[in-house]
Amino acid sequence: MKRSLVAFALLLAAVRASWAGVLPEDRADVLLHSYDGGGVTIQGPSLLVRKQFAQKFSVSANHYVDRVSSASIDVITTASPYKEERTQHSVGLDYLHDRWMMNIGFTNSEENDYTADTFSFGISQDLFGDLTTVSLGYSLGNDVVGRRGDPAFREDTQRQQYRLGLSQILTKNLLLGLSFESITDEGFLNNPYRQVRYRDTTTPQGYSYEREIYPRTRSSDAGAIRVRYYLPYRAAMQAEYRQYADTWDIKADTFEIGYTHPIASGWTFEGKVRTYSQTKADFYNDLFARSRFQNFMARDKELSTFSSQTLRLGASYNIMRGGWKFVERGTLNVFVDHMMFDYEDFRDLRVTGGVPGSEPFYSFDANVVQLFASFWF
Amino acid sequence: MLRAFSVLVVGCLAASLAWAAQTLSGPAPNFTLPSRDGGQVSLAGLKGNVVMVNFWATWCVPCRQEMPHLEAIYEKYHSLGFELVAVNVENNPEGARKWLEETPVTFTVLFDAKNEVTKLYKVQTMPSTVLVARDGTMRFIHHGYKPGFEAEYQNQVRALLRE
Amino acid sequence: MRKTHVRAIARVAVGATVLCALSACSIEPWVKPYERDHLADPIMSFDRDPVSSSYTGHVQEAREGARGATGGSGGGCGCN
Repeated sequence: MKRSLVAFALLLAAVRASWAGVLPEDRADVLLHSYDGGGVTIQGPSLLVRKQFAQKFSVSANHYVDRVSSASIDVITTASPYKEERTQHSVGLDYLHDRWMMNIGFTNSEENDYTADTFSFGISQDLFGDLTTVSLGYSLGNDVVGRRGDPAFREDTQRQQYRLGLSQILTKNLLLGLSFESITDEGFLNNPYRQVRYRDTTTPQGYSYEREIYPRTRSSDAGAIRVRYYLPYRAAMQAEYRQYADTWDIKADTFEIGYTHPIASGWTFEGKVRTYSQTKADFYNDLFARSRFQNFMARDKELSTFSSQTLRLGASYNIMRGGWKFVERGTLNVFVDHMMFDYEDFRDLRVTGGVPGSEPFYSFDANVVQLFASFWF
Repeated sequence: MLRAFSVLVVGCLAASLAWAAQTLSGPAPNFTLPSRDGGQVSLAGLKGNVVMVNFWATWCVPCRQEMPHLEAIYEKYHSLGFELVAVNVENNPEGARKWLEETPVTFTVLFDAKNEVTKLYKVQTMPSTVLVARDGTMRFIHHGYKPGFEAEYQNQVRALLRE
Repeated sequence: MRKTHVRAIARVAVGATVLCALSACSIEPWVKPYERDHLADPIMSFDRDPVSSSYTGHVQEAREGARGATGGSGGGCGCN
């Protein structure tokens, strides 16, 4: 796949089937986000600014904060609730030249026990009468993993991502998108706090904990298809399907449909339904038979067999329609997501007193609210 | 696999055309379209002037960016025999009328709701600007709009006015 | 099995686009540049609010095992 992508990049650089394109619009967005579910609340702002200059460049910058207050099921059953803050900064540069659009970006994420740095590069070109857009992307990430209360602990992770995208205009009203992404992680891939449980008749509850052990590599492939259709009374419908598989034996399917409906008074309403399901990693188990049962062991619910459903309702309102000083127009937006997670092989250990391995399966709901204002210059 | 790609690349390069600003020849196809005030305007009726025919739409960002520059060129050269005809390609002219109320221009705006003139001129990009000389022949075509194009428009208009 | 399946689809997509390039470097577009008003409408954008979509993507990726192949671009007015 990687050699094909390189060769394809060469093709893109040479094909002159079409003239140039348009840089992204200048804009500023202010978002307040809030996640509340499963004993975890995360809130914070996200600010995004984008500006063109010299007619060839568009610069963007993002400041993002997560303020975490965690009393999640893992934290409650094996540790104690904690508060934490994560700050992320990104900068990006888009360059439009004759035939192609290139972009480079850098993202840095910092919290008291984890640092992540990512460089990304992308190139895209419009072909065939501007009906087709082909894009390639590559990202290289380097993370440093720490552990609170253990200054000597320091591990590294490296991540490489390859992306291929194809967007095709099918009719005046129908747009098709295909995307593929291959990701490889190497290094320390687990959580330094999380533990697995194993049967232990010497303890009153019948099980004990030990540190989780993950493989030091993980490779994944994901492919997605999405369509967007314009309805004659001015509305849009979208459908999307993504298939995922990785070397940890996790397989996942995502399916999403959405509907966007603007009305004359400047309001736009949106609804989305998303369903996600995955099968467990081959080294995952909720309860291992004994200590050090196998080389790799995980009890992370993210690697278990589960499904989640998300329902979204959104409303946007156009403001400053006639412009205001240097602002051309703006929108005020609110999106509310209700997420429902159901685990099929991760058990709820807050339920005690029974036979280990017979606790009910865990499930939780979460509400995600986004409130944001966007301005175009 | 890479060799096949290289052959493809060379082939495509050989087949591609130069874009953006091109020269044209031959008489400009005549057309008659309704204008803003309700009357009809025909291209043949403007013969004797240098005419710039600009195809635009309100949904096209470079078209909107270009408008103030077209207005400046029109105001500067109109008294010397320069006419500017902006052909709006939208199937519903209401959007264009509303936009023109907010961003007024003094040159002629025509509505090609059925896209007959757009097809006649084989418009391949949005916007497209065709320059027609005093004798009614097409001379130059510009595909798209990038800041800086207006300088070239001025040079070509001046050259055609001197004929 | 599924991994090679996805890789195969990727190769086919690359190959198909290459074949298209072979057949006609400057193909006649069946949707003319002046017929793109619906496609240029902001409601037809795959990613209308990037600040929101990147946050939503982060919420999903942090809780799910799957990652990648999110987002899309293209369509739009096709101007210039």
